[in-house]
Amino acid sequence: MKFEASSRLYSETRADRGRAIGVRGIDFAKPPHSNITGTKTAHVCAVDFSIFYHDHEAVQKVTLDIWRQHVTAIIGPSGCGKSTMLRAINRMNDLISGCRTTGKLLFDGRDVYGKRIDVAVLRKRVGMVFQKPNPFPKSIFDNIAYGPRLHGTRSRAELADVVEKSLRQAALWEEVKDRLSKNALSLSGGQQQRLCIARALAVEPDILLMDEPTSALDPKATSHIEDLIGELRGEYTIIIVTHNMQQAARVSDFTVFLYEGRLIEYGDTSRLFTNPSEKHTEDYITGRFG
Amino acid sequence: MTTHLIHELEQLKKQIFSLVAMVENNLTLVVKAVQDRNKSMALQAVENDTEIDQAEVAVEEECLKLLALHQPVAIDLRFIVAMLKVNNDLERVGDLAVNIAERAVFLNGMPPAPIPFDFDKMAEKATRMLRQSLDALVNSDVPKAIQVCKADDEVDAINRAMYEQVKSAIREYPQHLDAFIHLLSVSRHLERVADHATNIAEDVIYLVRGRIVRHAPDVPVRKDDVGDQV
Repeated sequence: MKFEASSRLYSETRADRGRAIGVRGIDFAKPPHSNITGTKTAHVCAVDFSIFYHDHEAVQKVTLDIWRQHVTAIIGPSGCGKSTMLRAINRMNDLISGCRTTGKLLFDGRDVYGKRIDVAVLRKRVGMVFQKPNPFPKSIFDNIAYGPRLHGTRSRAELADVVEKSLRQAALWEEVKDRLSKNALSLSGGQQQRLCIARALAVEPDILLMDEPTSALDPKATSHIEDLIGELRGEYTIIIVTHNMQQAARVSDFTVFLYEGRLIEYGDTSRLFTNPSEKHTEDYITGRFG
Repeated sequence: MTTHLIHELEQLKKQIFSLVAMVENNLTLVVKAVQDRNKSMALQAVENDTEIDQAEVAVEEECLKLLALHQPVAIDLRFIVAMLKVNNDLERVGDLAVNIAERAVFLNGMPPAPIPFDFDKMAEKATRMLRQSLDALVNSDVPKAIQVCKADDEVDAINRAMYEQVKSAIREYPQHLDAFIHLLSVSRHLERVADHATNIAEDVIYLVRGRIVRHAPDVPVRKDDVGDQV
């Protein structure tokens, strides 16, 4: 796999710009903030986007905009395609054989599945946190410094700054500042998960994908992570997949409801959880099915 | 878990409906007590209110328990919130019935006076509004709830006209001044009953449509408005 220090996702050509313009009428060649609608701008756009595992269409022609610097939750019963959808955004699905996509998935206006995309850079800008905390069996410091080192930061002082900043952002600094050289595996589960979030933040991503980030944690650690999501909102675009409906309601600004690979409803979380427009959504969130 | 919640919501519905029946019966009883100058009916109504108060507390406790234990969303949340509010309105109607009963007791102790306004019409309209709002609640019937909201203006108009009628009656029969003041008070209580019926109707609209319609004068009826929601 090729890594490069540049944060340019795409080696852009005039032809690419031409292609990008015209998708849903938005000029993606302009800076990201130019397509502001109200106070929201689209960060990720799916247009008739489908994901197949061999012949099975796991995500079916989904069209939606994920808003920049807001928290979007994806909910739905098991097997509805929520993790698949999430993993498509930083192309984690590439690792699964037989997985292919149709339609468009745009990140900052660039086609995520375009030929010229550098997946390593994409994954730097779209960080991911998984269900189970997965720190490297290294020191706390080295866990956080791993990404920046890989992307070319060599100076110890710079790395120390990044480590402190990331740990502070992940609300872990105060708890670990005196034992940065200790093995990350000595931390508690909740701390390990915050460490993973700090590790994702260390490479300064634009988007954080979270795949059930608290399902392996106790209520206190869960509440820490949820508070953290609240802190990071406004700075990062966060997309969280969760089975915990109350969690989706608590932490997100917008909620996507997927069912059998189809987008059933997408809207303001507060509206969706008090007065959903679709019967399907209502039945799911009230536990009538699913 | 959900089956459990559905079962509990059914129980809550039953509790509310039994409170509805108690409040409705008590209001009918006090109106009759005024019309028939019947002291024992009025006293009976005052006594019944204790049961209404207890039922109100029980409903509120049940709602709080369901909110805390099940953290409901969507229709379940709206149902419980609507029930909390309806519960409050029902208890207030119960209190107004007690106030009317107290007036009935006073009036019974006085020489019979001519009623200077159309008490029967006022009482009939207010109790009908309450009954309709409760029917709307039981059947999640938005068109009926909208009718109740509109009918409130009529009761308000009767109440306003009544002031003038009572004033001229006092001039004509100054010897019945006390009785007229009590009747005026009864009319005001009935007007308040109509207001609570309107609140209940607005809560029914919120329950079904998820839209708060207070302070919004015109609520159009839609095709899909009627239907059992829970």
